[in-house]
Amino acid sequence: MIKLTNLTKRYGSFTAVNGIDLDVPQGELFGFLGPNGAGKTTTLRIIAGILKPTNGSVEIGGVDLATDPIAAKSKLGFIPDRPFIYEKLTGAEFLRFVAGLYDQEGPQIEHRARELLALFDLEEWRDELVESYSHGMRQKLIISSAFVHRPEVIVVDEPMVGLDPKAARILKDLFREYTHRGHTIMMSTHTLEVAEALCDRIAIIQAGEIRACGTMNELRANAASGAMGLEDIFLRLTGENAARALVDVLDA
Amino acid sequence: MSQRTSAALPDPSTGHLLAPKWLTARARAATGERGNALRLSFLAVFGLLFWAFIFVMVFRLLRFFRGVQEIGPLLAGKLLGLILVGFFSILLLSNVITALSSYFLARDLDLLVSAPVDWLKLYLAKLIETLVHSSWMVVLMAVPIFTAYGVVFGGGPLFPLVVVATFLPFLVVPAVIGSAVTLLLVNIFPARRTRDILSVIAVLAAGGIVVLFRLVRPERLARPEGFRSLVDFITVLKGPTSPMLPSEWVQRAVMSWVGGRTEALPFYLLWSTAAAATVLGAALHRWLYPTGFSKAQESAERWVRSGRLGRAGRSMLAPFGVVRRELVLKEIRLFFRDTTQWSQLILLGVLVLVYVFNIKFLPLRGEGMTFFLVNVVPFLNLVLAGFVLASVAARFIFPGVSLEGRTLWLLRSSPMSMRELLWSKFWVGTLPLLVLAVAIVGVTDYLLQVTAFMMAVSVFTITFMTMAIAGLAIGFGTLFPQFETENAAQIPTSFGGLVFMMSSVVLIGLVVILEARPVYSYLAAQAYGGQADATAMVVGFGSAAVICGTTTLLPISVALRRLEA
Repeated sequence: MIKLTNLTKRYGSFTAVNGIDLDVPQGELFGFLGPNGAGKTTTLRIIAGILKPTNGSVEIGGVDLATDPIAAKSKLGFIPDRPFIYEKLTGAEFLRFVAGLYDQEGPQIEHRARELLALFDLEEWRDELVESYSHGMRQKLIISSAFVHRPEVIVVDEPMVGLDPKAARILKDLFREYTHRGHTIMMSTHTLEVAEALCDRIAIIQAGEIRACGTMNELRANAASGAMGLEDIFLRLTGENAARALVDVLDA
Repeated sequence: MSQRTSAALPDPSTGHLLAPKWLTARARAATGERGNALRLSFLAVFGLLFWAFIFVMVFRLLRFFRGVQEIGPLLAGKLLGLILVGFFSILLLSNVITALSSYFLARDLDLLVSAPVDWLKLYLAKLIETLVHSSWMVVLMAVPIFTAYGVVFGGGPLFPLVVVATFLPFLVVPAVIGSAVTLLLVNIFPARRTRDILSVIAVLAAGGIVVLFRLVRPERLARPEGFRSLVDFITVLKGPTSPMLPSEWVQRAVMSWVGGRTEALPFYLLWSTAAAATVLGAALHRWLYPTGFSKAQESAERWVRSGRLGRAGRSMLAPFGVVRRELVLKEIRLFFRDTTQWSQLILLGVLVLVYVFNIKFLPLRGEGMTFFLVNVVPFLNLVLAGFVLASVAARFIFPGVSLEGRTLWLLRSSPMSMRELLWSKFWVGTLPLLVLAVAIVGVTDYLLQVTAFMMAVSVFTITFMTMAIAGLAIGFGTLFPQFETENAAQIPTSFGGLVFMMSSVVLIGLVVILEARPVYSYLAAQAYGGQADATAMVVGFGSAAVICGTTTLLPISVALRRLEA
C-alpha cells in the first residue's frame, strides 16, 4: 500500500534520509521508530507530499506520488507531529473542511464527524472555537480529521503526544480496528510499548537509514537479543549509550 | 452525500480552500468579547474620520485644479497618476512579502499540500489570499480619493462601477507579479537562505520604488517656472507619465470617463494584462511551486552565527547585570533570527529612502521661497518623521509583549520582575529607533540647509518624541496583546495597534502645537529683528518635554501593572 523505493532526502550536505526501501502492505499497522533527528518525520512528510525527495519514489496504493499527486493523496490521511488547526474554526467546521478537501460532504460526513467527536469526548465542544481547546483536545480533533474521510492509508507522526490515557487507549483500539478492516497505517512513535503492543511490523531508522525491519520476533533475532523487549532492541540497534555515567552528568 | 468514486478524484474548489479564512473572519466578527461593540464603533468612527480627512484634502485640491484654466484637468490627471504609481509600488512590495508568507510559510499549507488539492485551485486561493492581505490598506486609501474625483469632476452614478472595473485588475497585476517574484526567488536561492531572498527583495523594492519615483519626476510638476514656457509644461502634463504601467491605464480610464470621452483601450489593457499575468503566473506556479514549497520547508537554519558578535554583546552588556543582559541579548537574537520580524526592516528602509529622497527634491529654492517657508518645512518635517517613527514602532516595539506569547510562562515563573522585561524591551526598541530618528531628521535638515536653532529644535524634539512613542508602543502592546497570532506582521494592524497609532498621532500633534509658538517667535525675531519671547520658549519647549516624559513613563507603568496582575 505504501512503497518507498531508494527514498533519499538531502539538505545541502546533510543527508536526512538515505536510500530507504520499504513496502507496507494493505491492512498492516507499521511502526516507524528511531532516535530524535533520525529522519522519521522527514520520511513521513515526503510520503504526505509535503517534501520532495532528492531521489527515489513513493507509491501509495500503486499510484506514484510524483506523477499523479492528486490520485495518490486522495488515498491518504496525514497527521503531522505539530498539527495546525485554524484557531477560529469550530471543531465541526474543521472536520467539514477537511472532508471537503477530499470532496466529501453531506449527512454521512456529518454523522461520521459526530461519531468521531463523541468517540474522543469532544461532542460538547463541536461548536466551540478551536482556540478554546486544550493541547490534547486539538490532538484528538486532528486525529478525527484524518479518519473523517476514510482514507485507505493513514500516515501519523507521534500520535500519542498529549493524549490522556483514555484517549490513548481509544486511539490504539481505533488503529487496530481500522487496519483489521483492510486499511493501512504507518506511524512513528517514541512510545515503544505502544509500538510493541500494536504494530504488525516495525522499522528502526537511524541517521537516515533503516537499521532493522520486521516483526518483534524478527527484530529480536536481528539484535541477537533473546527475549528482550523493544526498548533494549531499540537501544542496541541504534547504539544509544543508555548507560551514560549519570553521576558525571549531574556533577558537571 | 457525494462520495468520490475511484474514477472521480477529489477536486475541492478554490472557494472551499478559502472557506476557513472566511469562517475565521466571521468568527472574529461574531466573537462576543466584552467591549467588542465598543471597539467596532471606535474603528468605524476612526475609519470614517480618516476617510473624511483624505476626502476633504483631495477634494479641495481638485476643486482648486478644476478652477485653473487649460491645465486644471491635466494636473488632476497627473496627480492621480502619481498616487497610482505610489499605490502600484506599495502593492508590488507588499505582495512579494505577503506571498512569501501565504504560499510558503503559512501554517495551513501542510494540511492543504498533503490533501488532494489541484495545483490551480491552490494557486488561485493563495493568490486571492495574498491580494486581500496586501491590498486592503491601499483600497481603503483609494476610496476617498476616487470619491473626491467623482464628486469634483461629476463622475455620475456609474463612476463607482468604472472605478471598480479599473481598480480590480490594477490590484491583480501586482499580486500576480509579487507572487511570481517570490516563487522565483524561493526556487533560485538555497532554501536555508530565506534571508538572502529577502535582502534581494529589499534591494529590488528600494530600487524599484526610486526608479518609479524618478520616472514620474514629481518635482517638475511642482515648479512650472522650471519649464521654458507654458507650452512645455502643458506638453509634459499631457504626455503619459509611464505608459507601460497599469497605473497610467487606470488614470486614463478614470480621467477619460470624468471628461465625458470614455476610452475603451485602458479597460482592455487592464483586464487583458491581469488575465494574461494570471495565466502566466499559474503556469509558473505549476512549474516551480512543488520544488519551491519543498525547499521552503527546509529553510529552518541549523547553524547560527554567534561567535564574536555574541561575545562582544555579552561584554558590552555586562555592567547591566545578568538578567538584563540575557533579556536584551534574547530580544536581539530572536529579532534577527526571525525572518518575519527582521524582514520588516526592508519596508522601513524603503520608507526612509523614499522620504529622504522626496525631501531632497523639495523645491525650496528660487522665487517665492521665503525665510519662513524654508524654516517651517523642517518643523513640519518633524511631524512626518514622527509618523515614520510611529509606524516603525508599531512594527517593531508594539508586538514585543505579544511575541512573548506562549513563552511568557517561563519569564513569569522565573525570579525576575516584569519591570526588567518591559524596560529591556523598551531600550532594545528605543535605541535603534532613536538612531534612526536622529539620522532621518539630521539628514533631512542638512538637505534643507536649516538654521542651527531649527536643527537643535528638531533633534531635541525628535529625541523626546521617540522615547514617548516607544513608551506608548510598549504600553498599548501590553494592554492589547495578540498572543495567538500566526504572523508577527499582523500584530501592528490589530485593534491595539490602531489605538497606538492614533495615540501617537495625537502626541505628535500636541508636541508640534506646543512648540509652534516658540518656533514662530524665534523665526519672527530672525526675520524682522528683535528678541524672541523667552517665556514662550520655556513654556512651549518645557511643556512638550513634560508631555513626552509622561507619555514615556505612564504607559510603561500601566503595562507593568497589567503584566503583574
